[in-house]
Amino acid sequence: MRHFGSHPRSHFAAALLLVTGLFAGLCAGVCHAQDVLPVPALTARVIDQTATLTPAQVQALSAKLEALETQRGSQLVVLIVPTSQPEDIATYGQRVADTWKVGRRDVGDGIVIVVAKNDRRINIEVAKTLEGAVPDVIAGRIINEQIKPAFKANDYAGGLNAAVDQLSRRIAGENLAAPTAKGGSATRGSPGFDLQDMAIFLFVGVPILGAVLTGIFGRKLGSVLTGGAVGGIGWFLTASLLVAGGAGVVALFLVGVMGMGGSGLGILGRGGPVIWGGGGGGFGGGRGGGSGGGGFGSGGGGNFGGGGASGGW
Amino acid sequence: MTGLISLPAARVRAAAFALLAALTLSGCGYNNFQSLDEQVKAAWSEVLNQYQRRADLIPNIVATVKGEASFEQDTLTKVIEARSRATSIQATPELVNNPEAFDKFQKAQGELTGALSRLMVVAEQYPQLKANAAFQDLRVQLEGTENRITVARNRYIKTVADYNVLARSFPSNLTAMVFGYKVKPSFTVQNEAQISVPPTVSFDKPASK
Repeated sequence: MRHFGSHPRSHFAAALLLVTGLFAGLCAGVCHAQDVLPVPALTARVIDQTATLTPAQVQALSAKLEALETQRGSQLVVLIVPTSQPEDIATYGQRVADTWKVGRRDVGDGIVIVVAKNDRRINIEVAKTLEGAVPDVIAGRIINEQIKPAFKANDYAGGLNAAVDQLSRRIAGENLAAPTAKGGSATRGSPGFDLQDMAIFLFVGVPILGAVLTGIFGRKLGSVLTGGAVGGIGWFLTASLLVAGGAGVVALFLVGVMGMGGSGLGILGRGGPVIWGGGGGGFGGGRGGGSGGGGFGSGGGGNFGGGGASGGW
Repeated sequence: MTGLISLPAARVRAAAFALLAALTLSGCGYNNFQSLDEQVKAAWSEVLNQYQRRADLIPNIVATVKGEASFEQDTLTKVIEARSRATSIQATPELVNNPEAFDKFQKAQGELTGALSRLMVVAEQYPQLKANAAFQDLRVQLEGTENRITVARNRYIKTVADYNVLARSFPSNLTAMVFGYKVKPSFTVQNEAQISVPPTVSFDKPASK
């Protein structure tokens, strides 16, 4: 620490380093920072690192899981790894599930099946929302009755399919929230950004921003800047240039032509409702355009508290 | 009233002062303490919840094992005793603010963990128990409960770590001093590992039958 001389900024750096060190030390004590198996990236509904399943089997199983998500909304993911060492399967499965957090954001209905092929161990991790539909005993029975016999006969695809069928049946019997009409997980995967936020942004943010900017830069430049800023924020939030442009123009109109914000509360109150309605509509359209897209992503809502069961074959 | 620029200077100053006060207060972590304190409480309640779940499960396990006439009595007695010791401690959310009581509680639960895992190992030796579907279901439930306890404890440890870092690091430690927020106790593993590792039970008796 010699090079942290007497310069005041260096003292700050040293203190920062100390605090960081404290954090790191605590974390090392807590997380057992040994070389445990890393959690793979969640790239698909079926992740087979052992090439046990044929591509066709993977596809069929994925289709089944996708159908479950479209019909019931629940997310189910299968992971096959060679081994979970040095952790036991339950610890590893819990860690995987806790990292992926599969399940709808607002419902949290997810299940992760982890197979450690060379260890001959399997684990079904059930998120808290589904602990009623799939209690530990049921998960244990699915392992014992569906998976064990099939895996013993080297029929991995058959065992997993049977298990998924059983789990789907249990989930179907649970009174969960219906899946959204779009069904695609990409829509749900994006962080919640609803119309209300947009409305608040337009109703409150634009007049204030307009007032400040026109106050500082004058009416013309201020309204142009407001339009630009709103457009920029809109682009950032919805990732759609069209919406952003629309929002910018709306804001420009609000501040520049209608004189909203710049001329004080009287005019704002009078001209408000008409303008607000238009602004909200513009953003509503953008939301529809921004969503869509394919690919699989975790809903991010699954809270895995250690429910489920594990077993060997 | 033509824009913000012409607002009275006094009002601007008041606003700035309010903003400064809010920033200072959150700067010394007062709000963080409130938030983390609640999180610690919630995490602790979850731990208690899962321990209770285990305590509720034990009578069923004991009853099923008792049905096995020749069962190793010593192992069974130890579980029953450990359970009554663990449940005799009043497990309240306030336990997190009392390191001694926390230690006692943790020790009692640790002993119960050890006694239970020994019981389950011993039960493996009895073919009738192994074939008993009800007992196998209980075993799965116990495993699930132990997993839940582990998760709940880990989450508690992480939350307490966040809280303790805040309580110890500068400048929030000054806030902690002023408001009397003490460092909270966390779980340690040593004594439990020592209890549950050697299942020193002799299987001679049932094996010779």
